[in-house]
Amino acid sequence: MTEAVLSLKGVEKRFGSFRALGPVDLDVGAGERLGIIGPNGSGKTTLINCITGVYRPDSGSVFFEGRDISHLQAHKRARMGIARSFQIPRPFIGMTVFENLLVPLDYCHVEGSRHERARAVLASVGLSGRSSDPSEKLTQLELRKLELARALVGNPKVLIADEAMAGLSEEEIDEVLAILLALNRSGVAVIMIEHIMHAVMRFSERVVCFETGRLIAAGTSSEIAENPLVQKVYFGE
Amino acid sequence: MLSIDILLNAIVTGILLGSVYASLALGLGITFGILHIPNIAHPTLVVAGAFFVYTLTQWGLDPIVAALIGLVPFYLLGVVLYAFYSAVFERKGGANVLQSLTLFFGLSLVIEILLSLGFGSELKSVSVSYIGSSLKLGVLTVPYRLLIPALLAPVTIAAVWFYLSRTNSGTAIRAVAHEERALSIAGLNPASVKRHAFGIATATAVIAGAALIMVGPIEPFAGRYQIGRVFAIVVLAGMGSIPGSLVIAIIIGIAEALVSSYLNPSWSPGVAFAILLLGLALRPQGLFGAAR
Amino acid sequence: MRKNSLVFLAGIVIVLALGFLMPWLLRNPFYFFAGYVVLQYVTIATGWNILGGYAGYINFGAAGFFGAGVYLSAFLFTSFGLPLPLCILAAAIVGAILGVLMGYLTLRIQGVYFAIATLGLVVVLETIVHNISGLGGASGMAVYGPRPPAWSPGPSQYNFTVMVVIAVVSVALARWVEISWIGRGLRAVRASEDAAECSGVPTLRLKLVACALSGAVLAAAGAPYPFYTSFVEPVTAFSLIIGLNAIAMPLIGGTRTWVGPVIGALLLASVQQIATVTISSELNILFVGAVLIAFVAFAPGGISDLFGRKKGRARL
Ligand SMILES: Nc1ncnc2c1ncn2[C@@H]1O[C@H](COP(=O)(O)OP(=O)(O)OP(=O)(O)O)[C@@H](O)[C@H]1O
Ligand SMILES: [Mg+2]
Repeated sequence: MTEAVLSLKGVEKRFGSFRALGPVDLDVGAGERLGIIGPNGSGKTTLINCITGVYRPDSGSVFFEGRDISHLQAHKRARMGIARSFQIPRPFIGMTVFENLLVPLDYCHVEGSRHERARAVLASVGLSGRSSDPSEKLTQLELRKLELARALVGNPKVLIADEAMAGLSEEEIDEVLAILLALNRSGVAVIMIEHIMHAVMRFSERVVCFETGRLIAAGTSSEIAENPLVQKVYFGE
Repeated sequence: MLSIDILLNAIVTGILLGSVYASLALGLGITFGILHIPNIAHPTLVVAGAFFVYTLTQWGLDPIVAALIGLVPFYLLGVVLYAFYSAVFERKGGANVLQSLTLFFGLSLVIEILLSLGFGSELKSVSVSYIGSSLKLGVLTVPYRLLIPALLAPVTIAAVWFYLSRTNSGTAIRAVAHEERALSIAGLNPASVKRHAFGIATATAVIAGAALIMVGPIEPFAGRYQIGRVFAIVVLAGMGSIPGSLVIAIIIGIAEALVSSYLNPSWSPGVAFAILLLGLALRPQGLFGAAR
Repeated sequence: MRKNSLVFLAGIVIVLALGFLMPWLLRNPFYFFAGYVVLQYVTIATGWNILGGYAGYINFGAAGFFGAGVYLSAFLFTSFGLPLPLCILAAAIVGAILGVLMGYLTLRIQGVYFAIATLGLVVVLETIVHNISGLGGASGMAVYGPRPPAWSPGPSQYNFTVMVVIAVVSVALARWVEISWIGRGLRAVRASEDAAECSGVPTLRLKLVACALSGAVLAAAGAPYPFYTSFVEPVTAFSLIIGLNAIAMPLIGGTRTWVGPVIGALLLASVQQIATVTISSELNILFVGAVLIAFVAFAPGGISDLFGRKKGRARL
């Protein structure tokens, strides 16, 4: 693995007395494709929220490009190059699809023409035709694409896709996978959280598995598929 | 001037006032604290309850009896209010907090105006033989018009608390905010549980109203000065904690009584809000639930 | 977009010209008396909407900001003889500070707490004014306004023209916020704060900016009021109807664009001005309250949404 772009040390998050996550140690290499799997409620989204700054971890630190970002607010982290999509799409309703992309472009200080960049990204995810429609009118697939487009428009260094393919058909899954692979080829590290096994296994160079907030296994796709701990989590005995 | 008598009297008055405030906040503790519906019309409903009690006492009824009679119509009023609320919002996939705030704001104004059209804008009070005089214990002087309502409050609070924590339908109310799905699996209709809860919350308004009008005369717009108190109580107590609300209410009552005795009674409306703002500012992550 | 801005600019120039010329064309001072109130509400609704409409944070305490503006300007004028434009400026500054203070105390939590706190602002400010004898306390104080300048035929005409200028500046400010990156960020906040943060929007700072601008406009709307009535007292300065109208007008007109509050205020305030002759102020509040409930319940997008749906113009 090349040097880590993102690195978590002993990150832990509690809700009241309930420990939803951790302690977790995890490194993500620059340009890596990392898959994260785990049953419902295993803390995957909580992990993302700790990385992006939506939640403050109760203990532990998050490093980005070697710098401790644990105390930075979410918008500062986004500007540094950590982008995410939300598990339940959160379009900026009341704005057009195009304007949705202008928000990160306005605030993440992207160089060059913002309008051209937005148009190019919309084309790359296949939403050009919807550019001037209100974002509340989109279909489920289009909403997922908008989530991704909004995340990647600001030229992030790490993109985290939280179940970007849930509820999509096989062809649609292939479409989203293609978008993420193209992005990764341009040098962006992609963290994919997914319940759709064949997709995450096909996509990832490395897969980690969470259960009840802890990282229980890590390895290549085939290693994870064979791993007895993972099998136990997913299939019982 | 800082005599111990004044201090002692202020503290006792504060405790009794706090107890009355706790009964004002009781309904909001259910609607906002448990159901998370920001019913800013609750203080106005309490004032409406006070006017209901006033009307019956004009016919010669005892205020406490009048309040008990009022339980039924106010329960039904609450059920209707919730039915309207949910017909408007919940069907559209969850209520928007801002819209529901606005709705209740409009509602409280409409109720206030109807009261003022019906009763005029003068102060109204009730007079019963047993609330005329004062109880004297050494240096303490406790007017019965404060003592009786203050005793009424803990009884009501205890009854509601017992209902919520010890009965099945009470447990369903506490569960409904968090586990709507589990509730429907258990065969209960979440909408009807909430409607029932809103009915109970509104029914407590008539008891609180009786307490309020016994303590002192009331005018149709009196609810405005209670909003700060009731929200301070519910929020600072930890949303939905009913015993906690009694504690906070008494703290607020004592603070107000001290400000009244040592500063000037005209400052006391601001006290609860100051406490609420301070509480929110010191614990910005909210005073309940998980820190983010 | 360029073209729209030119049209808007032309509109401003026309309205301002009318504001200065009308007093010489129309004889009856009643028009200026009524027109003042309508414009005052255009300003209030516009100011409220910067925070309430764009960012989605409801302020129930518009009367608190307005009343602060009223009393500050009355105080500065009677004590130091400050000219009206400076009174307005001072009111705007204090309104902004008040807004930031409120926001800073409550905005880090949820919108509900902000709304509740604003309810309290009115009570607290009214309590303070009641207790300051220098401001006349509960009985109020008389304010003998300045002699109007030569370019205006009389005091009510002068107040009217001043209010035209305040309203125009406020609307222009609201429009600028709306089409700038600030407005886009605020709309993102309104849609989803977490998603906005994760897109790089500094949500807290942006909300504080909105609080400041909104507070400034609301307080500025109150600054000429002492000269309009020649008398200030707590009950009218912190009046219930102001807080109600501040919410009802944008909601009725539509909260998404600067046009909505203007339409809502023109409509509702005109109706109220006509109705005050025939109905009591209580029925007035009842009417506005009922209309507000009806719009929240059945047409949350307001009038501009009911009619402007099909256009679907893209804001770039
Ligand atoms: N804000 C919160 N308050 C309290 N508990 C929470 C909160 N967010 C998450 N949890 C709890 O933390 C645990 C982990 O949740 P999380 O959303 O991280 O799981 P997940 O792995 O993303 O699950 P899924 O695959 O269903 O998305 C769950 O038990 C959840 O109920
Ligand atoms: Mg998840």
